[in-house]
Amino acid sequence: MISLVDVTKVFPGMDHPAVDGLSLDIAAGEFVVLVGPSGCGKTTTLKMINRIIEPSSGEIWVDGVAATETPAFELRRGIGYVIQQIGLFPHRTIAENIGTVPELLGWDRPRIAERIEDLVVRVGLDPAMLGRYPSELSGGQQQRVGVARALAADPPVLLLDEPFGAVDPIVRFQLQEEFLRLQEELSKTVVFVTHDIDEALRMGDRIAILNVGGILEQFDTPENILSGPASEFVADFIGGERGLKRLGLRTVGSVDLTRGPVVDVRSDVETARDAMAQYGTEWVALLDGDRLLGWVWGEDLDGQLTDLEPHSFWVELDPESTLRKALNAVVMTRSRVAVVVEDGIYRGMLGLETIAGEVDQ
Amino acid sequence: MTPTLAQAAAEVGIDWGWVFGHVDEMWERTVEHVTLTGVAVVVGFILAVALSLVAIRWRATYKPITWFTGVLYTIPSLGLFAFMVPFTGLTLLTAEIGLILYTLLILVRNIVAGIDGVPANVVEAARGMGYQSRELLWRIEVPLAMPVIIAGVRIATVTTIGLVTVTSLIGQGGYGVFIERGISRRFLTEILVGTVLSVSLAVLFDFLLVRVGRWVAPWTRKTAV
Repeated sequence: MISLVDVTKVFPGMDHPAVDGLSLDIAAGEFVVLVGPSGCGKTTTLKMINRIIEPSSGEIWVDGVAATETPAFELRRGIGYVIQQIGLFPHRTIAENIGTVPELLGWDRPRIAERIEDLVVRVGLDPAMLGRYPSELSGGQQQRVGVARALAADPPVLLLDEPFGAVDPIVRFQLQEEFLRLQEELSKTVVFVTHDIDEALRMGDRIAILNVGGILEQFDTPENILSGPASEFVADFIGGERGLKRLGLRTVGSVDLTRGPVVDVRSDVETARDAMAQYGTEWVALLDGDRLLGWVWGEDLDGQLTDLEPHSFWVELDPESTLRKALNAVVMTRSRVAVVVEDGIYRGMLGLETIAGEVDQ
Repeated sequence: MTPTLAQAAAEVGIDWGWVFGHVDEMWERTVEHVTLTGVAVVVGFILAVALSLVAIRWRATYKPITWFTGVLYTIPSLGLFAFMVPFTGLTLLTAEIGLILYTLLILVRNIVAGIDGVPANVVEAARGMGYQSRELLWRIEVPLAMPVIIAGVRIATVTTIGLVTVTSLIGQGGYGVFIERGISRRFLTEILVGTVLSVSLAVLFDFLLVRVGRWVAPWTRKTAV
């Protein structure tokens, strides 16, 4: 979908190139993150794709067309663009901002209005905001408008330059989640710039790690980068806790869960003791049908299980939770397991061994 | 309030009889004054837009343009009119040329500053959306520069209203007629009438232009919740 072939950018008056002989191939529907320290040319690279910055040499292909062969304004109307400072038009309402590119493309009014209504809901904004001016919205809301505006003409390609860099961490996390959900629906070809490796690992299908001077150090999936950094620079850049970061990429649902020492609360004490013996634990978890009640110490087993007051597991995971969360659950519970519950139904549990095994692979 | 004002007026010797007897002439002079001002500001604005477009398109010309209009601005108005009379006579043209030249510096500076003041990220976003230079200028930059441009028009208008009092010297009417005649006759009431009317007109136009400014830039009326 997007190809950079030996692209170099030297800014006038600079000794060293900002981007040096960079080649990248990005497939349709792929989410690629460009990440690296200041001066690595990640933003320059992004801006060369929609010709906000013209490359000094090399070729850039977008959707089978040479970018430099297409008039810049035409090329840009087919590429969604979101920047960190958002750059909403202060003199236009939210609706007018979102409708910018459709209007430039000459869509008729009803079609633009329909598109705006659809988008505003998709990006999680209240339609009541459509008549307001950008200055009346919070930073997070403005960034949602920025994303809606970029999507308005349904371009196949989206370029995002540190889009969530200016909002606070909580809102940033929300926006990241929402954007990933949106991307799942829309399957755009996305090029996303950030300096935050954790954001890159969370968001990207593939990550291009750039070094100062626009040198490509590694271009691979988050999993492969974490398990096999191509250079010392990459290892340094992705930082410590690589194991934890890898766990952050995998979901509980991708792992084989064990049933664990679990018995129905209406069973007798002997059955509970058998389950404990089978798994070698000093505790047993109680179920009421499919519902997980909690766990009890083996030494407390006496009389009817229904008379016992089970301890809570504190953290219950669902199949979408990351293994990193599972590890947290393990260390948080005295039973040293993470339990997985989906829609109120007990699915199984996993312990430290299983989690550690996933990092070994 | 009124008695004290009347007393004060009596002390400086205001001749209310003269004032009420000249309401018709005041109206006539107002029309002249507004016309002289209006023509100067409108023509000045058109020229300033042209000069600003040149300055924005070819950046290198901005300094010479502001230097030149700045020099014009420093010429004393009386001197300028005196200098021009041999060429253009005691005519409306002489008056307007002078008045127009004085508006240029303020208007050009504000138009260019207004366009330059448009946030870089807004311009970048607009380019990224696929605006061509001309659309970008007229649909994004100019509307956003309007508050600063209107501020320039306000200053130019108020300055011109003050300056027009001088054009009576070349026989073009306006409130200056009262002031000039009052001075020659040593008649305080008439000087005061000319001055007060001129100041009032300036205040009125300033107020109206503030309203126009809000009307052309409705987004500035609202702020973040």
